[in-house]
Amino acid sequence: MKLIMAIIKPFKLDDVRDAIAALGIAGMTVSEVKGFGRQKGQTEIYRGAEYSTNMVPKMKVELVCDDTLVARAVEAIQQAARSGAIGDGKIFILDVVQALRIRTGETGETAL
Amino acid sequence: MILANMTTRAGVIRRATMTTRMVARAAVVAGVAGLSCLAAVPARAQDVAALPVPDPGNNGWMMTATVLVLMMTLPGLALFYGGLVRAKNMLATMTQIGAVAALAMLIWVTYGYGLAFGPQGNAFIGWGKFFLGGITPASTAATFTDAVISEYIFVAFQMTFAAITIALVLGGVVERMKFSAILIFAAVWLTIVYFPIAHMVWEGRGLFFTMGALDFAGGTVVHINAGVAALVAALMLGKRRGYPAEPMPPHSLTLTMVGTGLLWVGWFGFNAGSALEANGTAALAMINSFVATAAAGLAWLLTERVAGHRPSALGFCSGIIAGLVAVTPAAGNSGPFGAIMLGAVASVTCFIFVARVKPALGYDDSLDAFGIHGVGGIVGAIGTGIVYAPALGGPGAADYAIGSQIVIQIAAVGTTILISAAGTAIAITIARALTGLRVTPEVELDGLDLREHGERAYN
Repeated sequence: MKLIMAIIKPFKLDDVRDAIAALGIAGMTVSEVKGFGRQKGQTEIYRGAEYSTNMVPKMKVELVCDDTLVARAVEAIQQAARSGAIGDGKIFILDVVQALRIRTGETGETAL
Repeated sequence: MILANMTTRAGVIRRATMTTRMVARAAVVAGVAGLSCLAAVPARAQDVAALPVPDPGNNGWMMTATVLVLMMTLPGLALFYGGLVRAKNMLATMTQIGAVAALAMLIWVTYGYGLAFGPQGNAFIGWGKFFLGGITPASTAATFTDAVISEYIFVAFQMTFAAITIALVLGGVVERMKFSAILIFAAVWLTIVYFPIAHMVWEGRGLFFTMGALDFAGGTVVHINAGVAALVAALMLGKRRGYPAEPMPPHSLTLTMVGTGLLWVGWFGFNAGSALEANGTAALAMINSFVATAAAGLAWLLTERVAGHRPSALGFCSGIIAGLVAVTPAAGNSGPFGAIMLGAVASVTCFIFVARVKPALGYDDSLDAFGIHGVGGIVGAIGTGIVYAPALGGPGAADYAIGSQIVIQIAAVGTTILISAAGTAIAITIARALTGLRVTPEVELDGLDLREHGERAYN
């Protein structure tokens, strides 16, 4: 099992969700996050006082899937989240040691 | 000549003696009671016929104008200023505005009206009618024509001006001054600065009035006065901790925009109400308060573009206020196109001041009370001397001399600045001696809402 963690542009979230759902992956977790990378923040000006915001709002998408699906899932996310501009985000893939469905106690891939 | 049209607000309160007032009231009572009473006192009835009676239309308009000016302060200015501070100081800012406005009302009826418009006095201060003594429902105040309005309405109308002026000053000191210090400062400042200047501008024997200064609705008394006071108070109080290195963006420009709208609407009471009658001069003040303001709002946005910024919501709001401030002395003293020019010029000047001059000088007039009310007020006061000219569409007489009037306008502005600066320094010193003036660094860090008032604006 692998955890796929993608940091994407907020307006790409629906596209990513649709792409993931099309692969038959049953769920994902989404959070609103802020951060910085190569993309520059916006400058705010109030009556001449300039403040540059160096943290850019992003969405963090997390999902766990079976090893056989990882390559396709990553490709689907990349396709869906890509706009071609700086700031499209990153995808990280991590090993997952165990998964457990709380309601039934099922473990491993059946719990996904 | 110049004074023929505008003169002072209520040029002079009708100085009816106690006896004539009593007669006037007796007449009203007699009229209600029936003709038999009048027949019994024919001589008295004739006396009464000579006394002007307020026109219900004028009275009705002036009552409306009075509550419109109240709306400028609460909730108008409270939301305008509140939106501009950080979220942790929202309630403190609004509570300070409400509290000083309420305090101003009580002081006004106790002795403020007497010092500004009392029947005795000289060029600098009035005297008498303390605790509104001698005023009855039948008492009247003069307007600029032969008409009169009820004196209680005049008292209330003028009261709302005192209330908003002290509230405007707070724009320079928000986010760091103790609540107790603000109340003491307000009481002292109204007494030694506002009432004398109101007397000088609006009372028949007042200094500016006899000089022939043009100030339709209070550009000197309210805006220059409040702006200069805010600057001096801000300098004496010191900067907010972290200013200007730490970002202090407005926490809700939405509320600032709401406040701007309320101020604009309320300002029709302020400007058109200053005609003291529902007449053509009030109508002129009304159209000018629309178009000067519209020009100023757009001029600020345009200036931002020219300066390489985006046209901003706060810029629009700032332009609107700058235009309203500038048109205040000119409201009934300008034609509509003169007012448009005045609004646009004031807007650009205020932009340069708050966006360029203030950062260069480094003082913390937190909400630009001086940058907009002071600077816009000065542009408006001097500009009124220009746009009054008939050649520019103003209501001045054919032989109106711009040059000599501008000298008078500058003299009035200079005198206002001196009195306001000196009086503010005294008032702040007294507040400092009694309260310590400034909150501790911990309180400033946590926010005044929590530490001075025990509340949060947003939960």
